[in-house]
Amino acid sequence: MKKLSLVQMKENKKGKVVEIQGGLRLRNRFLSMGIYEGREITRLSHFVLRGPVAIKVGRSVLALGYGMASKVIVENND
Amino acid sequence: MIKKIFLIGNPNVGKSVVFSRMTGVQVEVSNYPGTTIDITKGFLKLGEEELEVIDLPGTYSLEPSSKAEEVAVSLLKKEPHDSFIVISVIDSTNLERNLYLTLQLIEEGLKLIVCLNMCDDMLHRGINIDIARLEELLGVPVISTCAVTGVGIKFLIDRIKDAKTGIKKGLNHKHLWEEIGRIVSAVQQLSHRHHTFRELLEDASVRPLSGFFIASGVLYLSFKIVRFIGEALINKVFDPFFFNIYHPLIEKLSYGLGREGFLHHLLIGDLISGKIDFKQSMGILTTAPYLELAMVLPYIIAFYFVLSILEDTGFLPRLAILLDNLFHHLGLHGYAIIPMLLGFGCNVPGILSTRILESRRERFIASVLISIGVPCVALQAMIFGILGGFSGFYVTSLYLVMFMVWIILGAILNRFLKGYSPEFIIEIPPYRLPPCKMLLTKLFIRIKGFIIEALPIVLLAVLVVNILIFFKAFDYVANIFSPIIQGLFGLPKETVTALTIGLIRKDVAAGMLIPLSLSPKQLFISVVLLSVSFPCVATFVVFLKELGWKALLASIAIMAIVGFSLGTILNLIIP
Repeated sequence: MKKLSLVQMKENKKGKVVEIQGGLRLRNRFLSMGIYEGREITRLSHFVLRGPVAIKVGRSVLALGYGMASKVIVENND
Repeated sequence: MIKKIFLIGNPNVGKSVVFSRMTGVQVEVSNYPGTTIDITKGFLKLGEEELEVIDLPGTYSLEPSSKAEEVAVSLLKKEPHDSFIVISVIDSTNLERNLYLTLQLIEEGLKLIVCLNMCDDMLHRGINIDIARLEELLGVPVISTCAVTGVGIKFLIDRIKDAKTGIKKGLNHKHLWEEIGRIVSAVQQLSHRHHTFRELLEDASVRPLSGFFIASGVLYLSFKIVRFIGEALINKVFDPFFFNIYHPLIEKLSYGLGREGFLHHLLIGDLISGKIDFKQSMGILTTAPYLELAMVLPYIIAFYFVLSILEDTGFLPRLAILLDNLFHHLGLHGYAIIPMLLGFGCNVPGILSTRILESRRERFIASVLISIGVPCVALQAMIFGILGGFSGFYVTSLYLVMFMVWIILGAILNRFLKGYSPEFIIEIPPYRLPPCKMLLTKLFIRIKGFIIEALPIVLLAVLVVNILIFFKAFDYVANIFSPIIQGLFGLPKETVTALTIGLIRKDVAAGMLIPLSLSPKQLFISVVLLSVSFPCVATFVVFLKELGWKALLASIAIMAIVGFSLGTILNLIIP
């Protein structure tokens, strides 16, 4: 088990959110789209040069800006 | 007493389609979050009563994060609770995410009906939802619909009277999600099946490399198709109509008016080497309708046809991811591509749709970039009309200049405006094949909107210009500005008239440039100046309404600086 941010996570790996490093506004925004501590997330792909990160949460595919994605800390299963 | 029905739901769940089915009001719908940026109202007759139905912009929660979401939530909160019911529209292929807002509505104690939309797509994706059980768990009526085809809408209307407050559990935030998890596992069954071709394509388009190739291909093809359809319409439909049917009629009228005089000047305009020339005569009945209907309208039709397909398939959010990086250098994020693309059709809806962006700073930057750096269809049709006669080099250079202006201006604004640019978190919708009928409806709404909006202004502009020219009013203005125009831009002072008129309507201005017989260099500089200034009077108005006086004045100053420096620089560097 190791902790890393969504940005560092490898493609097609799953992980559980353990921490969101942001204020209430950001946390609420994430929350409304289903990203919260304890939630399982699959990392889909990453765009070069600090581009956005695509993830799968439940049945939704979401894209997060690079900075936002780096604030989501995930615990890798393997 | 219930008087109103609010339609609320996450973005891109088909609220507007449900709305349009319930009320018969035709509205634009697209397959990306944020098509509805304003409130649309309609009426539904229920027995003796007439209820007001209100379609709210999509929102993920009752804690808004953009101007459009704010509109939705504030409206809902200010009404007295017993005077309305809420229909919470849910995308049934994504029950889990959609339930968050629904549970928040239940916790607010609102009278609710849940509309489980897109039920046809749900079956395709191997999802099964136990509706009776869901109804029991939420404590409110649940109706499954497929609004695109109209299935279930009648049931939905029948059950409006059953709307009630659901089972409150006093939960919030994270605990709501845990509750959702319990509900979903109780009502939803997924049957396992193989990946479809569609899902493979959806996957490929959110990967950087394949996504880049898909996007470049799609955009190139779109551009080609717009030109092809536009030219075909001009050559096969509009030109034959104007030259074979309309021209003889107007010639007769011209002879009836005696070929000269004030009225002839207003209606028909000037004769060009003894004949009526639709492009140059500048009359209300000659150049005005020809400009709008035969030069601009064909491209409007072509552009909106292609744009509607791109919108409805779900391609645009994927484009937004690819461009996120570039947009960050302009102080925006990738989702700003949507207002920009709309701006290529007409700057007005482009500026309106900046409401999907979060901060005022972003909205200002995006609106300035649209009004200065994004040429609308009317303007582009004129660019082709004026410069198309020369080698393709001129047209290409013009687009290049516009692109440079757009990028440099964005970078400068981003550097000097206070504040930071938020990042995006967007949902990538599944690819969907738009039903032909919906596509055509949208095309029709947009074309109608263009004709209603543009044609009266063009007629009026031509009328005013003709009167002013007749009384030689422009000569004074031309004399005042001639040092700048002649000295710095290298243009004859007659162009002042065209450039001034350009602020009212670009197409009319272009019509006034053609008779001046300018050199290619002078034409190029004039067209650049026209392109970077606000496209039309309507843009000023919408800019003012959306962002206020100060922002409008600031943007006019920016526009003047850009035009002034570009005109001077181009005059110096073009041999």
